[in-house]
Amino acid sequence: MSTQILIIVFVPLLAALIAGLGNRMLGNVAAKSITTGALLLSAGLSWPIFLGFLSGSETAAVVPVLKWVESGTLSFDWALRVDTLTAIMLVVINSVSALVHLYSWGYMEEDPDQPRFFAYLSLFTFAMLMLVTADNLVQMFFGWEGVGLASYLLIGFWFKKPSAGKAAIKAFVVNRVGDLGFMLGIFGTYLVFQTTSIPEILAAAPAMSGSTITFVGLRLYTMDILCILLFIGAMGKSAQLGLHTWLPDAMEGPTPVSALIHAATMVTAGVFMLCRLSPMFETAPTALFIVTIVGAATCFFAATIGTTQWDIKRVIAYSTCSQLGYMFFAAGVGAYGAAMFHLFTHAFFKALLFLGAGSVIHAMHHEQDMRYYGGLRKHIPFTFYAMLAGTLAITGLGVYHLGVGFAGFWSKDAILEVAFARGNGAGQFAFWAGAIAALLTSFYSWRLMFLTFWGKPRWIESEHIQHSVHKTPEQAGADTTGGYHPHESPVSMLIPLGLLTIGAIAAGQVFAPAFLDSAAFWDGSIFYNEDLIHAMHAVPYWVKYTALIVMLIGFAGAYVAYIAKPDIPAKFVATFGALHNFVYRKWYFDELYDAIFVKPAFWLGRKFWQLGDVGTIDRFGPNGIAWVVERGAGAAKSIQSGYVYTYALIMLLGLVAAVNFVLL
Amino acid sequence: MIGVEHYLTVGAILFVLGVLGIFLNRKNVIVILMAVELILLAVNLNLVAFSAFMQDLVGQVFAMLVLTVAAAEAAIGLAILVIYFRTRGSIAVDDINRMKG
Repeated sequence: MSTQILIIVFVPLLAALIAGLGNRMLGNVAAKSITTGALLLSAGLSWPIFLGFLSGSETAAVVPVLKWVESGTLSFDWALRVDTLTAIMLVVINSVSALVHLYSWGYMEEDPDQPRFFAYLSLFTFAMLMLVTADNLVQMFFGWEGVGLASYLLIGFWFKKPSAGKAAIKAFVVNRVGDLGFMLGIFGTYLVFQTTSIPEILAAAPAMSGSTITFVGLRLYTMDILCILLFIGAMGKSAQLGLHTWLPDAMEGPTPVSALIHAATMVTAGVFMLCRLSPMFETAPTALFIVTIVGAATCFFAATIGTTQWDIKRVIAYSTCSQLGYMFFAAGVGAYGAAMFHLFTHAFFKALLFLGAGSVIHAMHHEQDMRYYGGLRKHIPFTFYAMLAGTLAITGLGVYHLGVGFAGFWSKDAILEVAFARGNGAGQFAFWAGAIAALLTSFYSWRLMFLTFWGKPRWIESEHIQHSVHKTPEQAGADTTGGYHPHESPVSMLIPLGLLTIGAIAAGQVFAPAFLDSAAFWDGSIFYNEDLIHAMHAVPYWVKYTALIVMLIGFAGAYVAYIAKPDIPAKFVATFGALHNFVYRKWYFDELYDAIFVKPAFWLGRKFWQLGDVGTIDRFGPNGIAWVVERGAGAAKSIQSGYVYTYALIMLLGLVAAVNFVLL
Repeated sequence: MIGVEHYLTVGAILFVLGVLGIFLNRKNVIVILMAVELILLAVNLNLVAFSAFMQDLVGQVFAMLVLTVAAAEAAIGLAILVIYFRTRGSIAVDDINRMKG
């Protein structure tokens, strides 16, 4: 396995370097072939490892790569750790990444910078693989920052668009806030345990339970404070409530990027980190309480916003944010297996939804506003069926007693049940927030489907379509298609959609027993709470059917509002204008942060510039010295009158003085 | 009886006159040249007076040297003045301040 894992991790890096440095010299086709080939190879090698862990033939191993730092008691190396948790992530990352590479052949066909794009994608994959194979916290931080960098580069890929540049900077800056917490967490962990090695920390953690430490002048429980700091890092990367503002803006990047980074892999890094450090978090009840509450609040909050947005990608972005909330509260109540399971299934159906949305956008001449879609079902049938599967998966269609369901049914149901089974206050809160969020999820997912694929075409209202067909809505008259013909995407885009559709349908059914019920499968790579799983299976039937019932209610609501009586949304907005505005403007988070952080920072900066720099340093520094020299020179030059007699007088006086000095 | 002190007094008076002639003169560069001559003569007088009273001929030989230098200096100075007048049209002291800073 050791050679395989080295190939899996480093071939994407090699491909990124070749494609990135070769760039135009290499040409589009060569760069695309190298990177896509590398990822297909990595994905191909990942599945046997994962299946090996599934069947029990593989065991956890650490493959050393290089010495890194050896300084006093501080010592850590580059090493690749492969256990069940890593194997799951390897499969998710490499499969989705390979499919996204393939998809981008079609999607980025007309882009002038294709080698750069593919190099960034492969670079991202490498950084993400470093993150999930990390054996110590520092290497994890390396991967953590690497994916942040790749995310920044890819969000700002179309850097000629000002909004893309701004979104990239916003993502980077907001992530820095979380990273500060993560760094403090790593420093604190080293301070307490005298090591950065994850296995050693996890082994020593239970003994530290109950000890206290002084932090910002307060006496606090050591493990709580460490875990909360690490969780702040996870919140930034995984866009949890408070640090979520960058994720919707990140949709400025190309759609394949949204699918790979901002849905399937990078944003789940926080969940992965929590699961990797789960034995440590288990010793910190307060931190787990906070994780549960933040996760549940995010899951509800993001779902409400998703119901009001018009941009197809933004709806899915808020949906991602909401689903990440599920994963976090699952981890918060102690069901790390369920959290990882939802991460696993979510990667398939959310990547599918994003790539499907990309296919729709491709077909609709880069129009992203759902108000200008409609009736696309018959024009792009393959995309329609793929997205239908994705929607059924995310809304969690499945029946408990029949034992069948789409991927989302298995993982989401398990999370809701386990939150209920936990029995404490936070668990109850998470269960109800999750149930309401599931209703909203169903509503906005079906709203997306109905607006896009059902109803009459409203295409001619779109400026993109108007440009395409060279007609105004008046000229088109009754023909609301404007004579535009949406085309199904090329094969390179449809293959990934097809494969992900299989994942979205079957991933839950096939892997549920291993992920949820098998302590042997996890093999100690996460904290596995046997009692909690038994309690989960013993919850009342109404709990088991909650997800299905709220899903049907959400579906019915969306059907009534967008198919049966399409005037209801407008009436609702007219009646509850303030509420709609509050949700539509994303709970005013951007405005709030602008007022609290951005404006004061600008104000402070301006004051430092005007009072500090211009007013003090420049005034007394360069300008002050120049002023003194100029004035001094002015005074000195007035002695030099140019008249001979003055010079003679001065010479005489000088002579007299000199003689006096010598003689007396 | 006329002693050395009388010669020195006359020399000193002549020297001071020459110096003041340079400083207080606001008219003409020629006057400055004349004042310089006066200073040189005052020095010569001192040299000759000391030479006579101390019975040492070196002082008188040196006085002859000073006279020669003074003559050469006057000739060069006047030549410069003539050229200067041709180019600038004036040799008034107050007009000559091209060295002003």
